[in-house]
Amino acid sequence: MQIIAKGLNFVYNKKTKFSVKALDNVDLTIDEGDFFGIIGHTGSGKSTFIQHLNALVPVQEGVLKVGDYDLSANAKKDKKALKTLRSKVGMVFQYPEYQLFEDTVFKDVAFGFSNFFPQASKRETADAVYEALSLVGLDPEKYAERSPFDLSGGQKRRVAIAGVIVTRPEILVLDEPVAGLDPKGKRELMKLLRTLHEKESKTIIIVSHDMDEVAENCNKVAVFSEGKIVRKGTPKDVFSDAEEIKKLRLDLPLTGYLCQTLKSKGVNVDCDLTEEDFIRKIQEIKRG
Amino acid sequence: MQAITFENVSYAYKRADEEFSGKAVDGVSLGIEAGRSVALLGANGSGKSTLAKLINGLLLPDSGEVKVFGMPTVCDDPNGLFDIRKRVGMVFQNPDNQQIASIVEDDIAFGPENVGIEREDIGRRIDAALKFTDMERFRYSQISRLSGGQKQRVAIAGALALEPDILILDESTSMLDPKGRKEVMEVARSLNKEKGMTIINITHYMDEAAEADEIYLLKAGKLLKKGTPDEVFSDVSTVEECGLELPRASMLAAKLKAAGINIDQKITTKEGLAEELCKLLLKD
Repeated sequence: MQIIAKGLNFVYNKKTKFSVKALDNVDLTIDEGDFFGIIGHTGSGKSTFIQHLNALVPVQEGVLKVGDYDLSANAKKDKKALKTLRSKVGMVFQYPEYQLFEDTVFKDVAFGFSNFFPQASKRETADAVYEALSLVGLDPEKYAERSPFDLSGGQKRRVAIAGVIVTRPEILVLDEPVAGLDPKGKRELMKLLRTLHEKESKTIIIVSHDMDEVAENCNKVAVFSEGKIVRKGTPKDVFSDAEEIKKLRLDLPLTGYLCQTLKSKGVNVDCDLTEEDFIRKIQEIKRG
Repeated sequence: MQAITFENVSYAYKRADEEFSGKAVDGVSLGIEAGRSVALLGANGSGKSTLAKLINGLLLPDSGEVKVFGMPTVCDDPNGLFDIRKRVGMVFQNPDNQQIASIVEDDIAFGPENVGIEREDIGRRIDAALKFTDMERFRYSQISRLSGGQKQRVAIAGALALEPDILILDESTSMLDPKGRKEVMEVARSLNKEKGMTIINITHYMDEAAEADEIYLLKAGKLLKKGTPDEVFSDVSTVEECGLELPRASMLAAKLKAAGINIDQKITTKEGLAEELCKLLLKD
């Protein structure tokens, strides 16, 4: 499923004196299989944009196509299709563990599935739940009957993600997936996303304030500022202008900072900003 | 002078339905000198926030004693805790959860009004707090219109208006964009350096921790290690045992070393790594 947005505009509190323009003529294409990073200062429109992707907010103005689904402002609304769309575009919000509510992990994950597939048999539901738990790296035998509230922060977040991927979405959107997790939890969660991306060949879209995670994992990046997309491309393109990145309230990833500092001293390291490539290029320069 | 003293402190959260759920803080003893900047590190659930709440008496220890500038948090004097709270300011994770008023100025005044500071004095304190956090031009702004970093600076200003001696930042930067993070850390740094305020920063960002005077590592409610950033981050196995990792620059330095690039210096910051790489690559 490809995502195409053209000329998206969105205003909160429209026609009141409190109106705020959250999206301003946004054009963006996200291809199937992308690991896409969305960055930008707080309040830049990132979350508003992703909420468009499964019609949590209606398109006010512009064109939005998600696979075969036309969500454009002037397209005809089909409620049934909308439900299918929402099972295909999984949305993981900020701090999703706050949304856990059932008394066992199994019931919590099953809730998401039953919402979309109320006709499914007990067996089908159980299979889907067990598979989702395995995918997020929680052994179902061990965790299914535990209370989600007895788990660690990182584990709770995995349960919440399992509750979303249980419908086997083709696109997985995560709003700041690692915020508030400890370093180990962060590392494991990013690894999980990479696995989902490789194994299930899903499109993954992350909103993040962590430039290193973005440079390390995303093949494409879009930078939001004041509701507009001000830069898009590979991490290398996007982080090429350190001054501009600072003006956008962002920062360079570590590899980008090192490349820039070395360049100012006359050493040109031409890498794609992943650590692996950075190390390789440094080795090459050292060998001469 | 010790700003904060813990003597064998334990605390467990009680639940109505269960008898005992394990100790959140387990036999911790420590002494933090006034004027230090301390980073408190540990995995999710290691007891960092519980420890912070024990400092200003939001929680009282089950056993052991917590003292703030020599005053115990558990004492017979009903005003004792009040005095402690005036000296310990706290800023939490989510800026949207800690503002009370809708206008910046009113929000900052809330704390001092609550503890009965004179009216003129409140005005002076608001001026000073806004100046220090570089938020003067937002004095009459609506808080809901500010960015995350600005909101956190209002929260810090609110804490400063009580003129505390200790400021606790409980993951105060985790929801902010990179610039907001920098702004908050800069304010904390200058409070420490210029005003000699004791700073306790609870964080998951190892690069923030690398700038502290000392680091305390917590695991499962126990204090596992304390030391300077250099000392702590050179003990890789303990850092990892705590579910943490080295600052990103240190990790990349280690990977470069493993790939045959001979970096010998101890690296904890990106500036250090850049300098080292420049030396290495420009030598030949």
